[in-house]
This record gives sequence, structure tokens and C-alpha cells, in this order.
Amino acid sequence: MDKNYLDIIRSSKPAQFGILLIVFLLLYNLVPHNEGNYFWRLPSLLAFIPIKLNEIIYAALYEWFPLKVYDPIFEMYEEKAAFREFTKSISKGLLFLITFVRELLLGGDKIIDIFVSDTWLKENDWMSWPALPWTAATVGAFLLGYQLGGFRLALLGGIGSLYVSIFGNWVPSIQTLSFVLITTPICFALGLSFGIWGYLDKKVETALQPVLNVMQTMPQFAYLVPIIALFGLGDHAGSIATIVIATPPMIRNTILGLKRISPEVVEAGLMSGCTKRQLLFKVLIPTARRDILNGVNTVIMQCLAMVVIASFVGAKGLGLNLKVALNSLKIGKAAEAGFCIVLIAVILDRFTKAWANKQVDYFENLTFFERYKLLIIFGISILIFSVVAFIANGYFDKINYLYVIPIEKGLTFAHYIDAAVDWVWDTFFYSLNSFNKFLLTQVLGPMKKAYLGMPVAATLTLTMGIAYIIGGIRTCLLVGGMMLFIAMSKYWDRALITMYMATFAVIMASLNGIIVGSIFAQTQRGSKFILSVCDFFETFPSFVYLIPVIFLFNITDTSVLIAAIVYATVPATRYTVWGLNSVPLSLHEAGTMSGVSRMQRWTNIEIPLAFPTIMLGVNQTVVFTLQMVILGALIGTEDLGQLIFGALSRAQDGPGVAITLGLFVSLMAISVDVIVRKWAEERKKALGLD
Amino acid sequence: MSPTISCSSVYKIFGNNAHSLLSESGGNVDAKKFQEAGCIVGVNDASFEVNKGEMLVVMGLSGSGKSTLLRCISRLTDATSGKILIDGEDICLMNSKQLIELRREKMGMVFQNFALLPHKTVLENIAFPLQVKGVTTENSIHKALEMVELVGLKGRENYFPRELSGGQQQRVGIARSLAVEPDIWFLDEPFSALDPLIRKEMQDEFLRLQSVLNKTIMFVTHDFDEALRLADRIAIMKDGIIEQLDKPDNIVLNPATDYVRKFTEDVPREKVLKIESIMDPADPNASGEFAIKKDDIVETVAEKILNSKEIIKVVDEKNTVVGSINPSKVIKVLFGG
Repeated sequence: MDKNYLDIIRSSKPAQFGILLIVFLLLYNLVPHNEGNYFWRLPSLLAFIPIKLNEIIYAALYEWFPLKVYDPIFEMYEEKAAFREFTKSISKGLLFLITFVRELLLGGDKIIDIFVSDTWLKENDWMSWPALPWTAATVGAFLLGYQLGGFRLALLGGIGSLYVSIFGNWVPSIQTLSFVLITTPICFALGLSFGIWGYLDKKVETALQPVLNVMQTMPQFAYLVPIIALFGLGDHAGSIATIVIATPPMIRNTILGLKRISPEVVEAGLMSGCTKRQLLFKVLIPTARRDILNGVNTVIMQCLAMVVIASFVGAKGLGLNLKVALNSLKIGKAAEAGFCIVLIAVILDRFTKAWANKQVDYFENLTFFERYKLLIIFGISILIFSVVAFIANGYFDKINYLYVIPIEKGLTFAHYIDAAVDWVWDTFFYSLNSFNKFLLTQVLGPMKKAYLGMPVAATLTLTMGIAYIIGGIRTCLLVGGMMLFIAMSKYWDRALITMYMATFAVIMASLNGIIVGSIFAQTQRGSKFILSVCDFFETFPSFVYLIPVIFLFNITDTSVLIAAIVYATVPATRYTVWGLNSVPLSLHEAGTMSGVSRMQRWTNIEIPLAFPTIMLGVNQTVVFTLQMVILGALIGTEDLGQLIFGALSRAQDGPGVAITLGLFVSLMAISVDVIVRKWAEERKKALGLD
Repeated sequence: MSPTISCSSVYKIFGNNAHSLLSESGGNVDAKKFQEAGCIVGVNDASFEVNKGEMLVVMGLSGSGKSTLLRCISRLTDATSGKILIDGEDICLMNSKQLIELRREKMGMVFQNFALLPHKTVLENIAFPLQVKGVTTENSIHKALEMVELVGLKGRENYFPRELSGGQQQRVGIARSLAVEPDIWFLDEPFSALDPLIRKEMQDEFLRLQSVLNKTIMFVTHDFDEALRLADRIAIMKDGIIEQLDKPDNIVLNPATDYVRKFTEDVPREKVLKIESIMDPADPNASGEFAIKKDDIVETVAEKILNSKEIIKVVDEKNTVVGSINPSKVIKVLFGG
């Protein structure tokens, strides 16, 4: 008799989930809320971790491996830690490169200053690199667009550049662009090298995977404080933060692309008599080119997504302007800067994609002039516009509009947006406010309370139980270990708040995505349309989503959650469409011949078969949501993000705290990832989709 | 003259302790025992030779080790043990530099799924082996244009592989493998991924090319009809072992094992057998009306023989009488019994 029940439980997952739920509810209600009770909250045994981390960072910076370094000012040798000298030289190098590109386009004498003495420079006032007039740059963007993708891209580049210039965003845009131009190649080189290394050596790949997982799920904020500690403030620090964040997807894309090459192609290369080097550079990398260039595209998008966050560590440009505008609640100004970032993102996105698909024509027999026609036109236009601008120096007494239109003199549409926001406020204040209130008091408030009232024993039982039922004992221990790690810190309550926000946003975003995706995936044209909409929204840097919501819902959890939901709906939709489109035609036909209605087709055929793919989308949703929830700290929430954000201003123990907290968020994301991936795999196997 | 390719006791065993297991077994490999020990036997004691200008077709079903054998001989994988001589040199002992040299000068290979470089045009793909060798762009493109003409792709030089049909892609694959003018030509199921009609067309094309080029060829296929059509000799493989290696008509007439018989059973004999293999010794009573050649395929001359109702002389290329053929033998081939 007993055995019989056991068998039923063993074979039925719903029964197991049922029992788990009962145990969870019992624990939830029976464990007393009492600080001394270990079932309620675990002691913070791991509280030393951030402190230790901090000690390590500072020891590395100031104590380990001392070197004798000559100090030219005091004319003596000084003991300095090797690591610090190392980070210093990286900072210097990066800063030089960024400044170099910046001055090349904007003019100035900082670079010249490096090569000549200060006094000489002061005496020779004329010695300054001239700025590139925005007129010439616009022509350049137009020609580059034309070269890459014909007239349409030319218009996009030209008009985009014209807009940026006459709306007075030329200088910050170039600052941002120079940042991207330096950071992207570094990410590319690093990503490609590690990717190739991982492809060639299985052990390296195995070692890289968990590191990449953590790097990609860490909130961007968490990197900032350690980076300040190691590299100081400035454009280079922003660049380094971006490199840390944008390199992992490049590595992944490279490995993925190389692995997708059919073994026959490799053999064909070998049989053609390739040396190892030729095989790598002439066969492997070019064959994986599409994936690798997709990686470059992701890197550029990440760079632009990072500009605001990078401004926290001293990067100049549009990101800084946006941050300042947001801080002083100037929605119009913030929207303008945000629009510029999106515009640059879209232009770079289209340009790199066009470049990726560009082909070489072997039969064109062109003269030198024909071949370099566009370059020559560009050169001439630089010359003409520079001369005109130089001559115009005499006409304008203060600002030479032919070089650059400063931000306060440029056209602006900020006041229209401000007016629109005011109008929305005036008209919808009560409805918005009551919706906000309703959500906060009726839904979010109780949910938050429920999460915070959860005894740690109940939480661990629930998460480990789910992991066990879906993935078995190994998954259970892995997830349990990660959760325990967080539970034994002193930040468990904050983590619970993060979890509550993430849960809410993930559920809403997934529902949105599945519904929207399902509706559009009914027709081929609909799928195509919605996927391109997703593409478009994905070029938006994450914080851009925050701008409108703050002004509709003020600084509350609602704003952050709505931004997170909108942001995370994109991957949920995309994967739903992919999943539904991958249902084989024969099954549709079989369904039709069995006489299913549209609804029956959706519930009985499409959704079950698309589910594994949809779950991978939900997985993405979790990562996106967590990023946005943490980013929400920017406008003030009270979860882990707020603490990470707070660590920015704590020089003493900031780095350790930030890394630890970032790691917590990352562990949460990875826990979900482990379970969902396992489950999707199993469903796929059960459906025979692999 | 020594054979172009010569293999003796070639083994390929996949798995971690392949070497130790093989040396323990002393060359007597039992696939089942090896599988229990975690090793998979790819090629089991293969010994054969291919002479200059000869076409050896290796036939076997999937998993029979035919492609593995081909990859051992091109050293895309290293044989676990055995000797593989190419023009008298053991390629298993070559270092990577010698191997690259060998592939650049002497070998060409065609792949089942074409294995074209997706980022290169037809012309660039064909010129690729020349370019890695260091031939200038101008010369290599010039040579590639010749090859394009040879395989009948003129006018499509600038297409990308994705813009071509399967048959056209394989023509590019063939042109690429021939660009360096190799002596030895490996073809790994080159026509298996193609539609039946295109396959037939490509086989004809292949025979035409071979009649012009006269390469030493190893051709791998799972299609017995294709093997019969093309081969000078056929090696039939099963579970890594070469079950039988002989001329097509001999295989059909005298299948060495039951496994081989399964393939030959349904083959219409008249399409395979040559007069030579069913003729009797020279008969003085043979009719003097006409003679047939010993290399004629039975099907092509059957009507002629049956119409004459007499014993007919069989001659060789030099028109010397080498035997005779009785119509009753032809009837037996045609209708069995």
C-alpha cells in the first residue's frame, strides 16, 4: 500500500510539486518570525566576504610585489606595488587613445601637449589641432553610408549626423563615439582571442563558461566601484567597465560561430594544404564571420547601453548629459540625449550589419580614381569646409558655428516634450496616480510583504525542491549552494526585495511576450514585423526605458517595474515567435486535417511544441529584468541595487561590497537559468525536437 | 611500378585506450569486445593497393568505416596503427610540414556536403588551394577560370555558394579539388547529397572528367549501383572490415560473403557482367559471321548474340580469339536459372 503511493509520487511530477507546495506553506506559516531562529533567518556567517575582498584589492594595489619606481618630480626611487603600476599604465594607455580620437575630431592640444613641453605650448598659441567641422563630418557619414549600403544608409548617416549637429549634441556625441571607437576594437580583439582559444582548447572553454555566466549576469553597477578603486575616475574607467561587460558576448559569439562550422569545411581547408595559421585566418574565422560580426554588433550596442553607467565613473559624453538631466528631472533634455544615443546606436547597428554583408567584386576593373572616389570626395570636402570654417573665424566673434554648434545654441525640442509631459500630468494625473497607488498598495505592497515574511527555510526548501524535481540532485545542490551563499550574508532581506520585483516583472513580461508573440506569429508577415520591432527596441540602451516611466509614475517601484516589464517583454516576444515559427508545417497540416479550430491549434499544437523555446525566452527575461531592477537604483529603489549604487560613494569598503552584491544578483539569475535550461532540454528531448 | 596508394594492416580505433587495447589484441580485433571496453572500431585491418590511374570505390553502409578509411589515407585522422604509403612514402610518419606539402602537391578531395567556403565566390573557392600555396592572385584566378570552364560553370564565377544548386556546388567542390592538379583524388560520397537525376548527370560528368584526367582515385559511396557504374575495383566494407575487394563483375558473380551477396542479389547481371566472365574456351566450331569483344557488357551485345543462334567468337582488343560464347549462357544471365 505504502509502496504504491511512493511509486505514484515518484512517477508524477505534479504530485511532487503538490507535496513541495504543501511543505513550503507549512514552513511559511509555522516558522516563528524571530531573529534568533535559524529557520527564520540564517546568521550572517559570510559577512566577512566583502571585507576580505576589499582587503585583497587594497593589498594588491598597495602592498604586493613592490617595485622600485623612479619618481621624476622628487628625483628618487619609490616603492610601488607592481599591480598598481600595471593598472596605471592601462589607464594611461586607454586615456591616451580615447583623447587621441576625440581630439582628432574635436580639435585641441592635449595630445600635442604630451609630445612638447608645457611652456613651449603656452608660448605658441597657434599650436592646436583644428576641429573637424561638423559639415565635413556630415558629408563623411553620408559617403560612408553610401559606400556600405547605398542611398538609404547614406540618408540615415547624413540626416542622423545633421540632426546631432544642429541640435547641439555634436560635442557629447563625438565624445561618446570616440569612447565606442576605442572600446569596441579592444572588446573585439579580446573576445576573438579568448573565443578562439576556447574553441581550440576544450579545457579553456569549460573554464570560461562559468566565468562568462557570472560576468554576463552581474549588474553593470557592481563593476563600477572596484574599477574606480583599481583604475581611478575618468573616460578610461568607463571604457574598462564597458570592456568587462561587452567582451563576454563577443567570446560567446566567437565560440558559437566557430563551433557551427561543419567539420567538412575544416577538412576541406586541411586538404587544400592550409597551415594552422592559414586554417585559422582563411578558413575558420571567415566562415564564422557572420556570428563574429554579430558579436561586434552586440559589442557596439553594449557600449552604447553602457554610456550612462560609464558616466558614473567619469566618462564624458551623451551619457553624462543624460544622467545630469535625469538627476535634475529635466525630462525634455534627458529625452534629447536619449534620442541621440538611440540614433547613434541605430546608425552604427545598420552600418556594421551592412559592412558584415559587404562583398568584394573581383572582376571590377577600376582606375585608382574610381576605386577611391568617395574617399577623395571626403578629403576634398574636409579641405573645403575646414578652409571655410577657418575663414569664418573672422566673422563670428565668440562661437564659430561652422565648427560646432554648442548645446545651448542648438535647436531643441526639449520644451515640447516637457510640455507634453506636463499635459499628460495635468490630464491624467488622477488616473495615473490612482493606478500607481492601486498597484503599490494592492499588488506590490502585499507581494513585497509576503516575500519578506518568508522564512529562509521555506525559501530554500522551495527553490531546492523545484531544482530537485526538475533537474535532479546535482541541480538541487548547485542551486541550494548559491542560495545559501546569499542567505548567509547580511543582505538576505534586500535580496528578497530584488526577488520580489524580479518575479513580478518576469511574470508580467513573459505573459506579455507570449501573448504578443502568439498573436503576431499567426502569419508570416506578422512574425517578420514583430521581429523587426524587437530588433528596433533592442537597440535602445536599457536606461532609455527609465526616462518615460519616471515621469508617469514618479520615483516608485512601479516605474522601475514597468520599465523592466517593457524591456524584458522584447526577448519573451522574440523567443515566442521563434518557437511558434519552428513548429513543423506537417504538424500544422496534420492539425488542420484533424479539424482543429484556431484556438485548439494554439493550445494543443503550437504552445506545447514551442514551449521549450519560449522557456529560453523566459530565461532571457530573468536576466533582462534583473538588470533593469538593479538599474532602478539609479532612480531610487530599496533592493540590492540601491546598496550597490550606494557603494559607489563608499571608498573604504565599497569595492568588496559591490562585487559581493553583484555576485548575489548574478547567482540568482544563474540559479533560474540552471533550472529553466535543464527543464527546456528535457522537454525538447521528450518532444523529440533535438 | 609501385602502387600509388598502399595500405597494410590499417586500424583506426576511437577511444581513450585504443592503442593499448590494440596492441593487446595482437591485430585480432573483435568489435564487440572493444565496444565493451569503451572503444569504437572504425577501420579493422585494411590492406589493399591502388595503382596509378585506377579508380577504387569503397562501398559500405553508414557506420561501415568507409569514410574513416578515406580520412586515414588523407591523414585527416591518424590511423591507430598500420602503414599507409603514398608513392612509397609512409604518410603516418610525416610531420605537419611534409603533410601540408603533400596535400598541396598531390592530393585533392571532394566532400559529401560540398564544404565550400561560404564567404568566397565560386572563383575564390576554386582558387583557394592555389592561394594558400602562395600562387599570386592573378595566376590563381586565371587557373580557377580554366577549372570553371572544365566543370561547366562558366558565367557563374562570381556567384556565392549559397546562390548555387547542390549539383553546381559540387561542381565547384570538384573544380577546387582539381585546381592544384593532384595525382590522387579522394571523393567522399560526392553525389550522395544530390537528387537522383542530378546524381546520374554528375556521374556521367565525373566519368568524362576521369577519361580526360586519368587520376588515381579513391571514391567512397553507400550506393552499390554507383560503385558498379564507376569503379575499376570495389572494396565492400562492413563494421570496419573490407569484406571483399574485387572487380565489379567478379563481385556480382562471386560474392565472397553473405553480406556482399545481399547487395549483388538484386543487381541485373547483364548490366554488370562482361562477356569475358561468362565465355567458354575458344571453340573451333564457332560461327565466323562476327565476333564480339571480351570487354563488352552482356546487356549491350545480348540481342546480337541471341539473334545469331550460334556459338560466337570472342576476341580481345587486338582481335585475337580468346574464347567463345554460347547463346544459352546469355539466356542464363538474362533470365537466371
